Amino acid sequence: MQSVSTTSNDPQEAINLITAESENSDLVQYLTFMMADEEYGIEILSVQEIRGWEKTTVIPNSEAFVKGVINLRGTVVPVIDLRLRFGLPKVDYNELTVVIIVKVELEGQIKIMGIVVDAVSDVYNIEKQQAKKAPEIGDVENRAYIEGLINVGDKMVVLLDLEKVLSL
Amino acid sequence: MSIDLSQFYEVFIDESFEGLETMEAELLNLEPGDVESEIINNIFRAAHSIKGGSGTFGFNAIAEFTHEIETLLDQIRNGERELAANHVDLMLKSIDCLRDMLRAIQNDEPQESEDAVQLTQQFRAILADETPDPSGTDSGSDGSVESTAPVATKVTNILDITFAPEPHLFKTGNEPLFIFEDLAEFGDMEVVANVDKIPQLNELVSEDCYFSWNITLDTSSSAEEVQRVFEWVEDDAKIEIKVVAQFEEEIEVDSELDALSDSDGQSSSPIQSAEPVSSGPANADNNADHTADSAPSNTTPIKPDSASKPEAPKKEFRPVASKQKSTDKAKSDSSSIRVGTDKVDSLINMVGELVITQAMLNELGEDDQFDHSKLVALREGLAQLAHNTRDLQESVMRIRMLPISFVFSRFPRLVRDISQKLDKQVELKLLGEGTELDKTVMEKISDPMVHLIRNSLDHGLETTSERIEAGKPETGNVTLNAYHQGGNIVIEIIDDGRGLNTQKIKQKAIDNGLIEETDVLSDQEINELIFQPGFSTADEVSDISGRGVGMDVVKRNINALNGTVEVASEPGVGSTFTIRLPLTLAILDGQLVKVGDNIYIIPLVSIVESLQIDRSKVNSVGGGVDVLRLREEYIPILRLHQLFNHPEASQSLDDGLLVVVESDNEKVGLLVDDLLAQQQFVIKSLEANYKKVDGISGATILGSGSISLIIDISGVVKMAGLKKPGQAGLDFTKPLSEAV
Repeated sequence: MQSVSTTSNDPQEAINLITAESENSDLVQYLTFMMADEEYGIEILSVQEIRGWEKTTVIPNSEAFVKGVINLRGTVVPVIDLRLRFGLPKVDYNELTVVIIVKVELEGQIKIMGIVVDAVSDVYNIEKQQAKKAPEIGDVENRAYIEGLINVGDKMVVLLDLEKVLSL
Repeated sequence: MSIDLSQFYEVFIDESFEGLETMEAELLNLEPGDVESEIINNIFRAAHSIKGGSGTFGFNAIAEFTHEIETLLDQIRNGERELAANHVDLMLKSIDCLRDMLRAIQNDEPQESEDAVQLTQQFRAILADETPDPSGTDSGSDGSVESTAPVATKVTNILDITFAPEPHLFKTGNEPLFIFEDLAEFGDMEVVANVDKIPQLNELVSEDCYFSWNITLDTSSSAEEVQRVFEWVEDDAKIEIKVVAQFEEEIEVDSELDALSDSDGQSSSPIQSAEPVSSGPANADNNADHTADSAPSNTTPIKPDSASKPEAPKKEFRPVASKQKSTDKAKSDSSSIRVGTDKVDSLINMVGELVITQAMLNELGEDDQFDHSKLVALREGLAQLAHNTRDLQESVMRIRMLPISFVFSRFPRLVRDISQKLDKQVELKLLGEGTELDKTVMEKISDPMVHLIRNSLDHGLETTSERIEAGKPETGNVTLNAYHQGGNIVIEIIDDGRGLNTQKIKQKAIDNGLIEETDVLSDQEINELIFQPGFSTADEVSDISGRGVGMDVVKRNINALNGTVEVASEPGVGSTFTIRLPLTLAILDGQLVKVGDNIYIIPLVSIVESLQIDRSKVNSVGGGVDVLRLREEYIPILRLHQLFNHPEASQSLDDGLLVVVESDNEKVGLLVDDLLAQQQFVIKSLEANYKKVDGISGATILGSGSISLIIDISGVVKMAGLKKPGQAGLDFTKPLSEAV
């Protein structure tokens, strides 16, 4: 992840980015983050906060990508490693590893979860209509998580369907 | 000045609901034909408060409707009308109707209801001594025709009352005149004032009362009822009420009786306190027709007939013994949101102590020259703080604790309705109504209990004829018993019915593929099968039970409360369902244990003992589970690290400790690396943001801020594959590795 120059590892900086963007009704704001040199985007309205990695309490017999639960001001919040969720190679966590706390509605219930990513990147205003479908080749399982692909400048961003990603 | 009455609506509605509950409970205590005046009075008082309240707030529909109930009650109270079964039915229906009306007010809907109009007509019909129109509702019970026949029994008492107040009577704010007015409503009255004690004018204290009175009252009410008039002055006066004579007569009720007017509502004769007076005729024939003055009206008073000529040929008199029954019942006076002041007071005391401790610690903290010598004081302060916190927590928990009578109180009505529908005679006994449990638990236990009671009534108890055949008493018994045991509350639902039909259950289980035909099950194991999903042995689906919502739902609901439900049954003798619940859901005492790098919590209530394993007593059973022989018991050893997949933990039996826990009456040993502290924990839900995890009942936050998971013992036993569905014993044959 160190190879991406635009990446910001400082959570506060990322929040500043979010607030700095102007509101535009046609555009949807996406927070993007880096994982294995790819840039992924999630809708910014589902983001609750961005935290540094902290030790979790392991949940017995859970899938490998469920890293455990953390105490978020009195609430028990599960933490999912997105790399492992997508079958990407595992990296060691360090003090720069970022956990994005998101709020998603799963089966009619609002759940708060954390996702572990390499680094938070940027906030973009994206017109959803411009997003293209993921190509129908390659990893079938992972494609289900992808809402669409979009070009921002000369970069490609993978827009994620958080509900599908976090349906455990 | 105008007051916005709407701010009191909530209080009125709460109180009215309470009143209705009282009425309902008391109505169910009533036996037709055998009227206890105390019960009728309780119902009457409740109805009267509702009427008064609704009148005040302008809910006239309710006030008018309640008035009808009151009128009927009044006649029963005065002995003018025999209580019949259909009266009770009608009043119970009215209570339902009133509840609906009150709810309508809560929801800002119009309070007028069709039901009320219909029920009012039925009341009027009864009051006018007509058989109620059976098309109105299905209340038409057979007893109604006889009871409303125009012949009634009337008891006449002649009472001699001595009323000698203490001189300070007036200072207590009592006015004898009002008492006489009340008395006059009971019947014909003669008052003689005794003026002997009036002193000379120079000795007379103008504020003192020097009178005493002798009253002769001719009434259909009992001495106890009359006594009640003196309720307020009992402590300030000498009151003697003697029954001089008592008669019972059969009278023909005047069919044109204007029974709808309310004797309570009308003012009776004004009485000059110092003069002998005789009230207007207020006999049973014409109770409603109190004349407004003391002059004799054109109606002939009944008194000359009954008192002076008791042998009058037309009437049969016979003296009867006055009935007295003690009314001893555990009343549940508290309501859902009310907390006893003692509980609040103790809370305030605790907070006071907490503040003092805080001040003391504060002082220590503010000291710049903190040195070692103050460490002792600091520790003391912290110990005190821990003590305060614990006390405070217990006090707060106590506030949440309510007697189980809140749940129990709805069952008499339920049992009555169901038993009528099933045409079975059932007596419901409630025991341990004062047993307290947490409010949240209480709210959730009600539905499962309703289900179990319905089941007992429908499937458990036999029909009357079957009972007679079996040589049992006609009336079936259902007993609800609640008591505390350890950290649990135990609720038993006991019936003396036919018991579970093990043959039928087994057959059904085989049909459903739950068990194999070749399986050998004990009766107990078969009985446990009824808690399996999709299991109903009801031959046909009835209105009462067997609608597909089975015992599995009951079991699931109870399990969700960390509770258990068991059944014990003996054919022909009856069944007992036992529900065990933790007293509170929010906080638990737990033992911290270490498994590898992880800290888990075992609920303290389920721990039997903890020990080091003696290798010589461990046997491996059929290549499956290791079993420890402990005082003639065989305890299967579950390796938590294996079940929870923590390979870093110590694998050897010698290194670890065994925590023997009990779940569903089975003991198992959990192998852990180490025992840590014991602590109280606030339970947090893991499912709220994640999902159900096998073997884990929840999570909690430790003092360090990190999360620890709470072990669900029965879940762990299930994970280990030691438990077959529906089977009581543990199954040692299955290899552990296969189960996980």
